[in-house]
Amino acid sequence: MDNIAGKRGRLTWALNIAVFLLVLLWTIPTLGLLVSSFRDADQLQASGWWTSLSPSVQSSAARTGPPATQTSGLDGYVLEGNVFGDASGEVVTFGTTPMMPDAFPAGETAPRNGGGTLVVNADGSYRMTSPTPFEAPDLVTGETAGEPLPDRGLRVFITSTEAPDFTTGNYGTVLNADGMAQSFLNTLTVAIPATIIPILVAAYAAYALAWMSFPGRALLVSAVVGLLVVPLQMSLIPLLQLHNAIGLGRGYIGVWLAHTGFGLPLAIYLLRNYMVGLPKEVIESARVDGATEFEIFRKIILPLSLPALAAFGIFQFLWTWNDLLVAKVFLGNSDTQMVMTGRIVELLGSRGNNWELLTAAAFVSMIVPLIVFFSMQKYFVRGLLAGSVKGG
Amino acid sequence: MTHQILLAVVTVIIGVGGCIAYFWLSNLVLDKTFPPRGSNAAQNLRRSGRIRPWLFMAPAIFFLGVYLVYPVFASIWLALSQGGEFSGLANFIWLFQDPKFHESLINNILWLLFVPTMATLVGLVAAQLTDSIKWGSIAKAFIFMPMAISFVGAAVIWKFIYEYRAEGLAQIGLLNAMTTSLGFEPTAWLTLPVVNTFFLMIIMVWMQAGFAMVLLSAALRGIPEETVEAAILDGASPWKVFWRIQVPQIYGTIAVVWTTITIMVLKIFDIVFAITNGQWGTQVLANMMYDWSFRAGDFNRGATVAIVIMVAVMPIMVWNIRNARRERD
Repeated sequence: MDNIAGKRGRLTWALNIAVFLLVLLWTIPTLGLLVSSFRDADQLQASGWWTSLSPSVQSSAARTGPPATQTSGLDGYVLEGNVFGDASGEVVTFGTTPMMPDAFPAGETAPRNGGGTLVVNADGSYRMTSPTPFEAPDLVTGETAGEPLPDRGLRVFITSTEAPDFTTGNYGTVLNADGMAQSFLNTLTVAIPATIIPILVAAYAAYALAWMSFPGRALLVSAVVGLLVVPLQMSLIPLLQLHNAIGLGRGYIGVWLAHTGFGLPLAIYLLRNYMVGLPKEVIESARVDGATEFEIFRKIILPLSLPALAAFGIFQFLWTWNDLLVAKVFLGNSDTQMVMTGRIVELLGSRGNNWELLTAAAFVSMIVPLIVFFSMQKYFVRGLLAGSVKGG
Repeated sequence: MTHQILLAVVTVIIGVGGCIAYFWLSNLVLDKTFPPRGSNAAQNLRRSGRIRPWLFMAPAIFFLGVYLVYPVFASIWLALSQGGEFSGLANFIWLFQDPKFHESLINNILWLLFVPTMATLVGLVAAQLTDSIKWGSIAKAFIFMPMAISFVGAAVIWKFIYEYRAEGLAQIGLLNAMTTSLGFEPTAWLTLPVVNTFFLMIIMVWMQAGFAMVLLSAALRGIPEETVEAAILDGASPWKVFWRIQVPQIYGTIAVVWTTITIMVLKIFDIVFAITNGQWGTQVLANMMYDWSFRAGDFNRGATVAIVIMVAVMPIMVWNIRNARRERD
C-alpha cells in the first residue's frame, strides 16, 4: 500500500507541475504585454521585459556642460559635472569614443585624444581636462554646418545601470496623442447597440421556433444552423454595395445592422436550444388560462431565459468589441469613427518600434473584455456548452 | 464626444424601443383583427395562431435574408461577372492561375491541418490535467483567458515575442532572447518563409485551446464513472485509461470542437492582416479577399475568393444541419 501511495503522491506532484507549466506558458505572453506597457521607453528598448525588475544596463552618450562653464587650474582647463544631470544611475564603464563606451572602468583616468584626461566616477560625476581651452563642438550637418554651438558640451560615452523605471506615461500618450481614447468611445458606440438589438430580435424568433407550431418550422431551424457557418467574407461586398445604394453609406448605423445580421444565427440557435428545454407545463397552463402568446413570452419565457440571454450577450459583446473586419468595411476610417482594433493595426504600421505605446494601446483595448470575461465566466462557459455540445 | 455618446444612447433607445413597439403593436393589431372571443372565437384563434409566428420571426427573417442569404447570391453573381456584365468563369480561371492564390490555398491547408489539431490536442490534455487537481478551475480560467482578447490584441502580444534586433543589440523579443542565450544567432522569424506561417498559427492555437479545453472537460466529466473504474480495476495505466477508454467516449464533442475551430481558421484574417499582411509567403484566402476588394477595389475578384471560402465551409455546413436534424428526430 505504501508503494501505491508513494506512486500516487509523485503522480500528483507531476500533475501539479505540468498544469503550472501550462498556465505559465499561457499567461507569459500577456504578462509581457502588461509589464512592457508600464516601462520607460528607453529601458524597454535596452532590455527584455523579464529583466525589468533588475537595474537595466544601457550604453549612451552624455554631454559635458558647455565650454563656457570651464575653469582653469593647475592641470589645464577643466570641465566638471555629472553625466546623469538630474537623473540618477550608476556608471559601469566609460570611454572617449562612441566605438568604445566600455574602454575604462568607472573611476579610472583615461587619456583623451589630443591631450588631457577624462575621469567618470560610478556616481556619474566627471572631470575632463585639456591643455588648451575647450571649444564648443561644430555643427556637423545641415545648412549651418561648421558653425560652433556655444550651448553644447562635449560627448562622453558611458555604460550605466539605471534603476527600474515604471511609468503610466505610455497610457497617457496613446490615449491622447494617438487617439485611443476617441477610439475607445467609438468601439463602445459600436458594441453596445450591436449587442442589445440582436438579442431582442433573436429572442422573439427563438420563441416562435421553440414553442409555436407552424408549417416550415423544421426548415427554418435547419436554415439557421446552416447560416451559422456562412463566412463573413461572403457578405462584405454585396452589403457595402447595398448600404451605399440605399444611402446608408459607411457609418454606425450600417455597422449596427451588419453586426445584428451576423450575430443572429448564433443568437437564435442558442436561445432556441435553451427555450426548448423550458418546462412545457408552465407554458401550457398559461395558455389554458387565456394568456396571449405575447404575454407568455414577456412574463414567462423571457425571465426564465435570462441565463441564455446573458450567455449570448457576452459572446456578442466580446465579438463586436474585438471585431476588426466588420468595422473596417462598414465604418469609415476617419478619426471620429475608427475603432480600437483598427487604430492598433494602424499603430503597428506607423509606430512599429515603439513597443511601449503598442503594448499600452493593446492593453487599453483588452481591459474591458478581460473584465467582462472574468466577472461573467460562468455564463460564458454555460453559453459555450449550450451552443456547441448540443449541436453535436 | 458628447454628441457621439448621445447618438449611441438614442440609437439604443430607438432600436430597442422600435423592436418592442413593433412586437407589441403587431400583436395588438392581430388580436383586434381576430378577437379570441365572441361567436368566431375558435376560428379567430386558429387564424391568429397561423399568423403570429411570422410576426415574431419577421425581423429575424428580414435580417437573415438581407445580411446572410442575399449576399451569397450577390457574391455568386459578382464572381461570375466583370464590370456588371456576365463573364462566365473568367474570374475563377484568373484566380486558379494566380500564384498568390496557390500560396494562400497551401497556407490555408496548413492552417487547417495544424491549428484545429493542436488546439484540440492541447485542450484535451489541459482538460484532463486540470480536472484532476485542486486548483483546476483557476488554471482553466488562465488557459481560457486568451479567448476574450481580440485577434489584433493577440497579434501585438505575439509580434512582441517574435521581435527581432540585429546581432549585438539587446533582444527584447522573448523568442530571440531565448535562442541567442542558447548561442544561436538572432532571427527575423516573421520573414522566414513557411516557418513564419507556423508562428502565426501558434497564436491561433494559443487563443483556441481554452475553448477546446472547456468543452472537452465538460464532456469528460459526463463519462459514466463505471467505465473508468472498471478499466482501472483491470489494471490499465492512467495513460491507457485516458486514450482507450475516456477519449473514445467523447468523439462527438471532439468533432464539434474540431469543426468549430476549423470554421474559424478558414476565415482567419485579423492575425495575418495585423502581423505580416500576407507578406513573406504568409498570405491566406480571407486576407487575399480583403486585398482585392478593398485595396485593389476589384469587387469581382474579391467575391471570387469569397466563393472559394464558402465552398470550403459547405461540407461542414451540411454535416451540421444533418446532425441538428438527427438530434431533433
